[in-house]
Amino acid sequence: MNILVNYVVIPLVKIVVIVAILSGGIAYLTLMERKVIARLQHRLGPMRVGWHGILQPIADGLKFIIKEDIIPIKADRFVFTIAPGISLVPAFIVFSVIPFGPPDSLWGTGGYVTDVNIALLFAVAVSSVGVLGVILGGWASNSKYPLLGALRSSAQMVSYEVAMGFGIIGVLLVANSLSLVEIVEKQRSMGVWFFFVQPIAFLIYYFCGMAETNRLPFDLPEAETELVGGFHTEYSGFRFSLFFIAEYANMITVSSLAVTLFFGGWLRPFSSVAALSFLDIIPPPLWFVIKVLIFLYIFIWVRGTLPRFRFDQLMRIGWKVFLPVAMANVMVTGAILLKFL
Amino acid sequence: MLVSYVPIIIFLVVAISLPVVGLAAGRLLRPFNPFKEKLMPYECGVDPEGDARERYSVRYYIIAILFVVFDVETIFLFPWAVLYRKLALFGFIEMLIFILILMVGYIYIWKKGALEWV
Amino acid sequence: MIAFPRWDKQCCPLHAGGLLKIMTVFLFYVFAATALISALSVVLQKKTIYSALSLIVCLGMIAMLYTQLEATFIAVVQVIIYAGAIMVLFLFVLMLLDPMSEALPVPSKHIGYFAIPLGILLAILISLAGISYRAQPAGTVNEGSGDIAAVGLRLFSDYLLPFEATSILILVAVLGAVVLAKRKL
Repeated sequence: MNILVNYVVIPLVKIVVIVAILSGGIAYLTLMERKVIARLQHRLGPMRVGWHGILQPIADGLKFIIKEDIIPIKADRFVFTIAPGISLVPAFIVFSVIPFGPPDSLWGTGGYVTDVNIALLFAVAVSSVGVLGVILGGWASNSKYPLLGALRSSAQMVSYEVAMGFGIIGVLLVANSLSLVEIVEKQRSMGVWFFFVQPIAFLIYYFCGMAETNRLPFDLPEAETELVGGFHTEYSGFRFSLFFIAEYANMITVSSLAVTLFFGGWLRPFSSVAALSFLDIIPPPLWFVIKVLIFLYIFIWVRGTLPRFRFDQLMRIGWKVFLPVAMANVMVTGAILLKFL
Repeated sequence: MLVSYVPIIIFLVVAISLPVVGLAAGRLLRPFNPFKEKLMPYECGVDPEGDARERYSVRYYIIAILFVVFDVETIFLFPWAVLYRKLALFGFIEMLIFILILMVGYIYIWKKGALEWV
Repeated sequence: MIAFPRWDKQCCPLHAGGLLKIMTVFLFYVFAATALISALSVVLQKKTIYSALSLIVCLGMIAMLYTQLEATFIAVVQVIIYAGAIMVLFLFVLMLLDPMSEALPVPSKHIGYFAIPLGILLAILISLAGISYRAQPAGTVNEGSGDIAAVGLRLFSDYLLPFEATSILILVAVLGAVVLAKRKL
């Protein structure tokens, strides 16, 4: 029965905890976004619900549930209903392979739901399915803005997915493993975060991640001045909130993977320097969360600072700048590594 | 080990149940009061004109094809990168040839203007 | 006929290993049945979008079957390439072509004269192949032969030529796509 406990019961407990943390985290990420953007624009942001708007996400969540759910008359009801789910489910299950603590943490059960030897590819595969939800949602609405938004959105997502893949290869060349746990362990044993080995790969990965999640400055699919709301214009109430949650979950995924691949995951800064061991007061999962929060902050900061690209600029950056740079990065890394073999 | 994939399936079930339960529970709470104007596709407040599903630029289609092609290419790079220490120089030259052949195609589509979005 | 995974009589008592094996076989039938049903649904659906959705389910189930064979790398590639990339392409085509669906030529009524005999012939061939095929006992797939290191090692040594030839194939695909589409720009 050991197998049952180790691979069903314990993971189930972790999954429930992770889903709870994610849902709460996403709710408060929206508050953080509104607050930070407000401060950047010399406003106060939400102030009414609770102290400094601290209960705002709960009010928003309740509103999503009790709001009328409209299915436009021309829409394809079945596809319209399942499309948000196709976006949301992949955004969540990526977290089954993302490690937030070392294998001996959490009373020896490991700081992850499961450690599989193809974890990184699994994450890539799962997030490549999420784009289908966007296309189907836009198509099923049978309305002009959603359809245009979905076309733009999916074209953008797939364009940047290619460059992102090449960016990840740069890390793989150094790490030689697809297991995210091993990738972090490798950064510990090498005594250096992969960001310092692969800075170009990181920049490509992070910018492509912004484009993949349709965030500013890559938010053309939802450019409200041109396309109203993009692919989810016709969505309302709970179904809209599913798309919304999926987008924020994807932001967390991109940040978590950036931390895992490039910034040592759960490791404290300078994990090989013994003089800094007082930093171990903060447990590894907390280090992971702190780093993820920094990247989420950068997402919001960029949104508050940069203007939006034009669509032709967007496609040009993806295909003509990021892709060749990422390819060159792979080959140059390979050539340099030859010296160390 | 195969059994380490079981938690992923459990996560999948949990993740699917979230929207299903949410939608079902919300049905008891939310109002339901549809009328013709409310159910119309949104078009800046006026009655929708024509059908939404019209023909769109073929460029989207080119992007999708190029994506498939480059995606296949990246897939080959994954095992290569994982095994790089074993393959060493031999592997480097192999991949160099592979990439160079594909660069021909990349330069071609660049020059042909397929990456241009007018 | 077909190599269904079996479990030996002696492992049937419900200790952990036995339970695991029963679960494995049970899951195999669930995945296989869903794959078959969704594959049928691809052909039988009237609306093309539902065919596409069924195809996604079918491809996902096949990925699950690969996982059960411990060919995890192949399973993930199946999802990335087919469920991710090719389905995006299909859906784009669907979105671009749907308005024209009424204008598509109606297939000739006489098509049945060819289709029915050919279909019967295909059914006979497949059943002949099924009868002559010697069932493989379960577990003959070498351990770890489908994981990324094993696939990579063979790909970059034994199958070097096919690998390099693939790049030429991809090159031709790129050129073809641009040449075909460019005419309409």
